[in-house]
Amino acid sequence: MSDWSLEDIAGFVLDEARRAGAAAADVMVAEGDSLSTAVRLGEVEKLKRARGKHLGLRVFLDHRSAVTSSSDFSRDSLVNLARETCSLARVVEADEYGGLPDPAELAREIPDLDLFHPREVSAEEGLALARKAEAAALHSDPRISNSEGGEFDCETRHAVYASTLGFRGSFRTSSFGISVVPVAAENGQMQRDYWYSAKRDFAELEDAEEIGRTAARRTLRRLGARRVPTQQVPVVFEAEMAASLLRHLAGAVSGYALYKGMSFLSGKLGETIAPSFVTVVDDGLMRRGLGSRPFDGEGVRTRRTVIVDRGKLESYLFDSYSARKLQAQTTGNAARSIGDAPHVGSHNLYLEAGTTSTQEILHSVKRGLYVTELIGHGVNPVTGDYSRGAAGVWIEDGELTHPVEEITVAGNLLKIFQDIEMVGSELNFRAATVSPVIKIAQMTVAGA
Amino acid sequence: MVSESGRTPAVEPRRFFLERFGLSENQLEGVLGSAIAREVDFADLYFEFTTVESFSLEESTVKKATKDVSQGVGVRAVAGDKTGYAHSDDVSLENLRLAARTAQAIAREGSDVGPVAVSVQRPTHDLYRLDRPPIEVALTDKIALLNQIDIAARRHDPRIVNVLASLTVVEKRVLVASSQGYIVGDVQPLIRVSVACIAQDGSNRRQGSSGGGGRSQFDYLLEADRAVDFARQAAAQAIRNLSAVDAPAGEMTVVLGPGWPGVLLHEAVGHGLEGDFNRKKTSAFAGRIGERVASELCTVIDDGTIANRRGSLNVDDEGTPTGRTVLIENGILRGYLQDKMNAKLMGMAPTGNGRRESYAHMPMPRMTNTFMLAGETPPEDIIRSVSSGLYASYFGGGQVDITNGKFVFSASEAYLIEDGKITRPVKDATLIGNGPDALTRIKLVGSDLQLDTGIGTCGKDGQSVPVGVGMPTVRIDGMTVGGTAA
Repeated sequence: MSDWSLEDIAGFVLDEARRAGAAAADVMVAEGDSLSTAVRLGEVEKLKRARGKHLGLRVFLDHRSAVTSSSDFSRDSLVNLARETCSLARVVEADEYGGLPDPAELAREIPDLDLFHPREVSAEEGLALARKAEAAALHSDPRISNSEGGEFDCETRHAVYASTLGFRGSFRTSSFGISVVPVAAENGQMQRDYWYSAKRDFAELEDAEEIGRTAARRTLRRLGARRVPTQQVPVVFEAEMAASLLRHLAGAVSGYALYKGMSFLSGKLGETIAPSFVTVVDDGLMRRGLGSRPFDGEGVRTRRTVIVDRGKLESYLFDSYSARKLQAQTTGNAARSIGDAPHVGSHNLYLEAGTTSTQEILHSVKRGLYVTELIGHGVNPVTGDYSRGAAGVWIEDGELTHPVEEITVAGNLLKIFQDIEMVGSELNFRAATVSPVIKIAQMTVAGA
Repeated sequence: MVSESGRTPAVEPRRFFLERFGLSENQLEGVLGSAIAREVDFADLYFEFTTVESFSLEESTVKKATKDVSQGVGVRAVAGDKTGYAHSDDVSLENLRLAARTAQAIAREGSDVGPVAVSVQRPTHDLYRLDRPPIEVALTDKIALLNQIDIAARRHDPRIVNVLASLTVVEKRVLVASSQGYIVGDVQPLIRVSVACIAQDGSNRRQGSSGGGGRSQFDYLLEADRAVDFARQAAAQAIRNLSAVDAPAGEMTVVLGPGWPGVLLHEAVGHGLEGDFNRKKTSAFAGRIGERVASELCTVIDDGTIANRRGSLNVDDEGTPTGRTVLIENGILRGYLQDKMNAKLMGMAPTGNGRRESYAHMPMPRMTNTFMLAGETPPEDIIRSVSSGLYASYFGGGQVDITNGKFVFSASEAYLIEDGKITRPVKDATLIGNGPDALTRIKLVGSDLQLDTGIGTCGKDGQSVPVGVGMPTVRIDGMTVGGTAA
C-alpha cells in the first residue's frame, strides 16, 4: 500500500474496523524522517538517519475498548489489525464512560500554527553545526578539558487523525536542535552541564557558538562545588528548574490523576493555591510553539486554558474520557502516543512573567540556594511530598558565592506553590514547558 | 548451556526473519559487505519483531487492553569511535542496501568490499526456555489475574480505596548478523505486573506500590501466590504510609533492606562503570581500576546469565553471549561493562553488555542484573546495631550524574530506627550520595542477599531496557537523607 496516502490508510483501517464489528473507532497514523549527528572533541562520533511510521487503532464495541498499533502497513496486516483490535475489545470489561468525544467539541477547521518549516540539512551541515557549538565550549576556558559532545538533530513528522465521527485532520511539524555537554575539571573534581536550542524553524536556532559558550559557563560555575549544612532557607529556582515545578503541576491537574485519586490538587478547584501574582497557562495554539498542535489526540480543538489565574486554581486539564468521569468538559488536552489510549498532556505550559529581575530576586536572599540542577524522581503525586537531589550556587547577602552539590531540596508542592515569593520578569519559550526564575520563601536543604 | 532437546532458539529467529522479509542469507551477506568499507571495523544488522500486550485495571475493572507489533532493522557501521546508523521499519533488500550505504558514510572512504560470509551460531545460554510463551496465554487468564490482584488488595484493608494494576507481556524476536562472521538470534519473553494502591483515611491519602515478573512463563505469577502477594505488599505499604511522619533531613546512618534497594548499586557504581563513560573519561570512576571504591565487605557483580531474570539475556543486542562481570571485589574496582566498540577502543574484551532498546537505537554498554554478594551479619543484628537512623525497604527511581558521581534514589517505604528497633514510617525522601565514596561507608553487609522481584527499567540517553538489581541488608554510615524535618 506504498502508494496510499496516510489519509487513505486511515480511512481503510476505519472501514475495516467497522467491518470487524466496531461501533466506533479512531485511528492515528504518523510518519517521520530524522537525522541525528554528534561530534566529540571535534571528531565525528555518530551519524544516524531514520524513517519511521506507525499506526494506532482504537475501537469501541458497546462500551468495550482496545487499542492496537503496528508499523506494518501491508494490506493484510491492516485487515488483521482491525480484526484483532475488535477481538481484544471483546475480552475487556465495559466502561460506560468510554467513547469518542462529543462531536460538538471537534476542531471544525485546522488552524495553521506555522509548525512546519522543512529544510534539508545534510549530514555535513549538521556535523558542522555540532562541531562549531562544541568547539566554542572547548575553547572558552582551559578548564573545559573534555566533552560528551555536541549534537545536531532534525526531524519532520506528518500525523493524521481520523475517526468514525467523520473527523479527518492532518498536520506536519518540523523540529531542529543543537546541544552541547562540556566537561570541566579542576583540582581533581570533574563537572558537566549542558545547553541547547530547539526550534520549529531552523533559521530561529540560537547561534551554535553562543550555545557552546553558555554550556561552558554553566559547567564552569559548578567547579569547586561543596556541600552545605542541613538548614531551612529560601530557594531560587533557575528558569529551567522552575519549569519542572510546572510539570508537577500539570501532572496534578490531569483529569486522570484526579479521578484515580492520585493528585494532591484533588478537590482544590476554585481555591487559592498560590499568591496573586502567579498565573499558569496552557496554550495549544501558540504559533511555532514546541508544544502546539491544531487539534488534540481525539480531534478536539486545542485552546488556551488558564490553569492558575492570579493564584486561584481555575481549571483542570481533560481529554473527553477523564472529563466524562468527572462531569466536566474536555479542554482539548488529549495527548496520544500511537499505541495507547489518550491521556492528558499539556501543550505549551508556562508561568506568566512577573516584574522582578533575577538580580533583584537574588538580592532579596540573605542566605539561600540558587538551584541549577535537580535529579531523581522524588515527587509523590498523591501527597505532593517533594524531595529531590540538587546542585546549584549558594547565595550569601544577595550574591551568588560558591557552587553546591550533593544536597537535597524538600517540601510539599502545595506549600511550595503557596510559598512562591517572587516571579522573574524574563520568560523565554525555548521548550514546551517554560517558566521565569522563581523564589520559594523556604524549603529544607539537606546536606552535610 | 545449549539443551539437548529439539528446540533450537538460534535457528528459529533466522528462519522467521528471512521468511518474513523475503530475504536470503546471501543477500544479508551482500548487505553487510556494502556496510563495511575499508575504514570500517565492523558492521551489523539487527532485525527485530516485537509484540507488546498490556492490560490495566482501575476501579475494579479491566477496561483497557493494548497490543503493539513493531518490526524493523537497524544497520550499523563502526569505524574507530565513529558510528554510522540507519534504521527502517520497511525491511526490503533495497532499503537494507540504502541503510548500509548511509551507515557506512561515517567512514571517509566508502567502497563495497563484497559479500561477507556469516555462519550461524547458537547462543551459548538458554536462560528462558518456556514450554508456553506468555504471549500465547489466553487473554481471559491475563484479565483474571488482574481481578485477583484487585480483590486481594481490597481485602487487605477497607481503607484501600483504589487499586491500579497492570500486566505487560512482551515477546521480542531478534537476529544479529555481523560482518565479523556470525549470525545469531534469540526469542526474549518478558512479563511484568505492577500494582499501586491508594489508601484513604479521612482526608489523608497515601500510596503503596509493588510488582514483579521476569523472562518467565505466565504461571510464574500465579505460583506461590506471587501476584497476589504483590497486591498485599502494595496495600500494606499504602496503609503503613497513612501514619507516616515527616522524614528526617541530614546525614545519618541508613540501613537498606534486601532486594530492590540494590538500586543503590545501579546508581552509585553501575552507570559509572559503563565502558563508554570510562573510555571518554567522563566518569568519576575513570582510570580507577585496582583502587578501593567500597568497603572490603563489598563485592558487586553484573550477571546477565541468571535464568529467567528480567535483566538476563542469552546474547546481548550485538550478539555477544552475556556473562558475569565482577565490578568490585572486596572493595577494589575490578572491571567495566563493555559493548563491542568500547571494549575494542579500551583494549578489553566485550562483556556481553551491549544493549539497545530497539532496532531504532544504537547499542551501548548497559547493566543486566547488578547485585552485591551476601555478607555474614544476620539482618536483625544490623538493625539492632543502629541507635538512631533510617531503614529504607522500597524505592521509586534513582538517577546519577556520572561525571561528578552524585546519585540519588528515592525511598517510598522507610522507617525511623530508634534504639535498634524499626519504629515509625516516614514520608517519601530522596537519599543522595557520592558514587566513588558511598560504598566505602558500608559498615555491615547482611547474610540475606535477595534479587529484586523483576520491576526495574533503566534509562540512559533516551533508551529504556529491563534490568535487575539485588542486595543483602546493608548499613551505610553517613548518607544524606532529604526529608523536611531539619
